[in-house]
Amino acid sequence: MKYLQIDRVCKSFISGPKVTEVLSDIRLTIEKGEFVSIIGHSGCGKSTLLNLIAGLTEVTTGAIKLEGREVNAPGPDRAVVFQNHSLLPWLTVYDNVKLAVTKVFGSTKSRAERRDWIMQNLDLVQMTHAADKRPGEISGGMRQRVGIARALAMEPKILLLDEPFGALDALTRAHLQDAVMDIHARLGNTMIMITHDVDEAVLLADRIVMMTNGPAATIGEVLPVPIPRPRDRIALASQPDYVRAREAVLRFLYERHRFVEAAE
Amino acid sequence: MSIVALKSPPENAPKPSAKVISLPATPNPQLGVRRILSDLGAMVLPPLVVLMVLLAVWQVAFSGEGSGLPTPAAVWAESADLILDPFYVYGTQDIGLGWRVLTSLERVAYGFGLAAVVGVLVGAVIGQSALMMRGFDPIFQVLRTVPPLAWLPISLAAFMDSRPSAIFVIFITAIWPIIINTAAGVRAIPQDYRNVAAVLRLNQVEFFWKIMVPSAAPYIFSGLRIGVGLSWLAIVAAEMLTGGVGIGFFIWDAWNSSRLTDIMVALVYIGVTGFVLDRLVAFIGRVVSRGTAA
Repeated sequence: MKYLQIDRVCKSFISGPKVTEVLSDIRLTIEKGEFVSIIGHSGCGKSTLLNLIAGLTEVTTGAIKLEGREVNAPGPDRAVVFQNHSLLPWLTVYDNVKLAVTKVFGSTKSRAERRDWIMQNLDLVQMTHAADKRPGEISGGMRQRVGIARALAMEPKILLLDEPFGALDALTRAHLQDAVMDIHARLGNTMIMITHDVDEAVLLADRIVMMTNGPAATIGEVLPVPIPRPRDRIALASQPDYVRAREAVLRFLYERHRFVEAAE
Repeated sequence: MSIVALKSPPENAPKPSAKVISLPATPNPQLGVRRILSDLGAMVLPPLVVLMVLLAVWQVAFSGEGSGLPTPAAVWAESADLILDPFYVYGTQDIGLGWRVLTSLERVAYGFGLAAVVGVLVGAVIGQSALMMRGFDPIFQVLRTVPPLAWLPISLAAFMDSRPSAIFVIFITAIWPIIINTAAGVRAIPQDYRNVAAVLRLNQVEFFWKIMVPSAAPYIFSGLRIGVGLSWLAIVAAEMLTGGVGIGFFIWDAWNSSRLTDIMVALVYIGVTGFVLDRLVAFIGRVVSRGTAA
């Protein structure tokens, strides 16, 4: 059975008499345990696609099915790591994760089990040392780690990452990419990551979904990345498969689907 | 390889170094005490000087023959007992101003407490919908300008009894800024927090306590601050009809028996109490919202 199926999905936004078609005829199936990157120029609707999968936005036509069941509302089985971490600033790191864990496992795990589970997930992103700090007291990279821990703690069927490292500096971003690869290797989660970083897409993904420019954006091409795991960023830099994949994505983005600023 | 890289010590290195940072920062205690004293002086002296100057100007201005208002010296001469002992009890109707303030505060506590609960709930509901906001906001903006005294006859006609009417006057005066600010605070909840709540499938009650109240706390508390100020302003109007021993009624009573100096003293009591109430709500706001409210 197909794990996640996006079947002829269209999305239009209506404001008054004006109807804007953002996404058109999106077809994609994702297998369990797969890591898929979605890349495209800004404004192409890739974040909208992620919101549709998350259930935060409703599809206009078509359907999204997870394990054969239609998705039409948000839920903890599709946890989202948001672009700007979205931690609640009045709660400590521990309490931010606890909010999710209490909600998802409140009736199935005991208090002590929930505590262990929270610490286990903070440990996964190496943030146990800051458990009692508030988001305002830790760095941007650390906040994003906590965001990942909160999402993982929901034990989601699919982890959705919406340009999670876009606002971070290059070194912090590399650390977090390694952390995500490590988690993916250990837990085997199904992950979908939105990105606009070609290197990030190639390094992390099993398949790269390339979006055409909007309006009415659709999937232009799907590129498999046949590089064995675990992957190492330094060794990859000179590996032919990596270079080829990188080139293919660059060609797609900058030759065939150049971003036209004036596009209405 | 990447897994190995993650486990390497550089990742964990910040731990010990972070602990070291908290070690210094023990200021010289002698310097500290002197600092605090001079800071206190800098804060207390200027208002004290201004107060002295104002009292002197007042004394001079109303010293002439046939002046309608008593001078500070006259206030001291005639009403010193009220100033010196706020908590005397000479009879059921003859008690110190401290007791009167407490009686009035109890009344304000009912009116304002009710206004706070209802105001936050109504504001939360209205703030959730742009349409409701558009419909209600102009009406609230008009109602909030109605002075407490104007509510009095309506209130009396509705309740036919002075005690609930007095509390209603305080309630209706204080509630508007609370509703308006809470609604504004709810509208200002970032979409990110709403998304988090949606992914976690928080229900209405959980959303209210876990997201809405903490997120809108700075707005709610600035509304409560304005509200508590207004409800204290309404106390004189409210107690004009209840009678009894409140500070508001004391002023009304003193006016009817031409004790102007007593009114002067009572005004100071009301002002200081209002100031303390305002600071108290601001303080609670700071504690509850962990420093994000003004």
